[in-house]
Amino acid sequence: MNRAGPYLLRGLVIFWVTWLVVLPVSAVLIRAFADGPAAFVEAIANRTALDALWLSTWTAAIATAINTVTGTAIAWALVRWEFPGRPLLAALVDLPLAIPTLVAGLVIVALFGPQSLVGGALADAGLPIAFARPGIVLALLLVTLPFVVRAVEPVLAELDPAEEEAAVMLGANRRTVFLRVLLPPILPAVAAGAVQTFARSVAEFGSIVAVSGNIAHKTLTAPVYVLGEIEGGNPAGAAAVSVVLLGFAVVLHPLARMLAMRAGGRK
Amino acid sequence: MRSSSRRVPDRYAAGPLVAVLGYVACLILVPLAALVYVVAAHLSEVVTALLSGPALHAMGLTLAVAALCVVCNGVFGVAGALVLVRQRFLLRRLVDALVELPLALSPVMTGLGFLLLFGRTGPLGPLLDAIGLRVAFAVPGVVVATLFVTLPFTLREVALVLEEIGDSEEQAAATLGASPWQTFWRVTLPNIKNGLVAGTVLTLARALGEFGAVLVVGGAIGNRTETATTFIHAAVESRAEPAAYGMALLLGAAAIAALGALQWTEKKR
Repeated sequence: MNRAGPYLLRGLVIFWVTWLVVLPVSAVLIRAFADGPAAFVEAIANRTALDALWLSTWTAAIATAINTVTGTAIAWALVRWEFPGRPLLAALVDLPLAIPTLVAGLVIVALFGPQSLVGGALADAGLPIAFARPGIVLALLLVTLPFVVRAVEPVLAELDPAEEEAAVMLGANRRTVFLRVLLPPILPAVAAGAVQTFARSVAEFGSIVAVSGNIAHKTLTAPVYVLGEIEGGNPAGAAAVSVVLLGFAVVLHPLARMLAMRAGGRK
Repeated sequence: MRSSSRRVPDRYAAGPLVAVLGYVACLILVPLAALVYVVAAHLSEVVTALLSGPALHAMGLTLAVAALCVVCNGVFGVAGALVLVRQRFLLRRLVDALVELPLALSPVMTGLGFLLLFGRTGPLGPLLDAIGLRVAFAVPGVVVATLFVTLPFTLREVALVLEEIGDSEEQAAATLGASPWQTFWRVTLPNIKNGLVAGTVLTLARALGEFGAVLVVGGAIGNRTETATTFIHAAVESRAEPAAYGMALLLGAAAIAALGALQWTEKKR
């Protein structure tokens, strides 16, 4: 037993990961390519699927751009300054990690839905949020808020504020201090958070189902398209688009990990 | 060191700070307040909807599945962390990457994978038929889907702690003649307790809130495989807003409680 113990443990772990991760992912891959590469391309190359993939990509890009800027600013606020409401801000930033993403979507509908006060007024003004594309971006902003903050915060905390103060003392203005002193050392961390944000946004499902209305060619994102194809009895189409999403995941996730490793800081 | 380097905002910092607080308030606090307001405005309907049979069944199933995942992935998480941190073997880096995969994949895709595996026409279909076990569109499917999405949490938290403490205490115990089991129960387990607690809370929160994979594999059949989240989804589709908002608030409150518990245990560390 004493000699076999480590091997038994290792076997258990490999078994658990195999049936829970390797098997389902393989099943999707096999289904997607079961009828040959031509069938795979054909399953993707229809208007609805391409529109869904494109919508997922550009909404994710916008959400990433916004939350990269705001996330860096939030990290800077949390690390550098002592102000009333700071503990609340720290707690709120972590909240999207805990809240079910479907609930996050519903919360946005509660505020911006057509029956609500704010949403009704905005819809009358010609800017509907819920069941429209802005709602998708808003949902992504909400669920991905913690990523850049969490990536940048520990790295920023390791930096000595004295460097910034010295630059100010030597006559540099705020912009120069930010671009020349503050930004360069945290750049890998910012990039790591941004990649994570984008990866999560492309794969996001629950909040978007609640918010977007899921109208083909307009507000149907790729993961929701996959659900539609499963329910509509087209597993080949669902598998093909899933494989594209899988491609995003296996490229972006290791990239984020690599950048985070380079960024250093305490984890 | 970190707390001492924080300063009271000067006049240049005040503007950006207000902007930061405003952004987070608008993005999280105001929508949450809107949800609370909607529930409060329809309180009696919400209570009736949440006390209905299907709602209670959904809550019960969600809690039971979450508890099962905490136990299964707790055991696996500790074993996996020990193997990945303490052992060196050929496929270690691959297993390490595979464990993280559930965090990166779209849950719908996972659901599809399990359907293809366990469905009637899948490779495991005949086998499951033979032993009379239904997975797809049945409760075991909900369990499998939730096991998948909660796979990494306990393992990651425990692995972090194991890396930090090193293995000198375990080696000392072994040198003094403790068996591997004794070493595990008396030395390793007490040391990783905090990581285990954090992982459990994260697993619980994720299990309560899982939606996509559970919807696809479980099929969200009312009174059978409907979970709290798929109950919300069904309520939205059938325009039963009080039920949807009520359950959403319940799940949101559970999430906030979990996060609070986590921060409390972290402070105690």
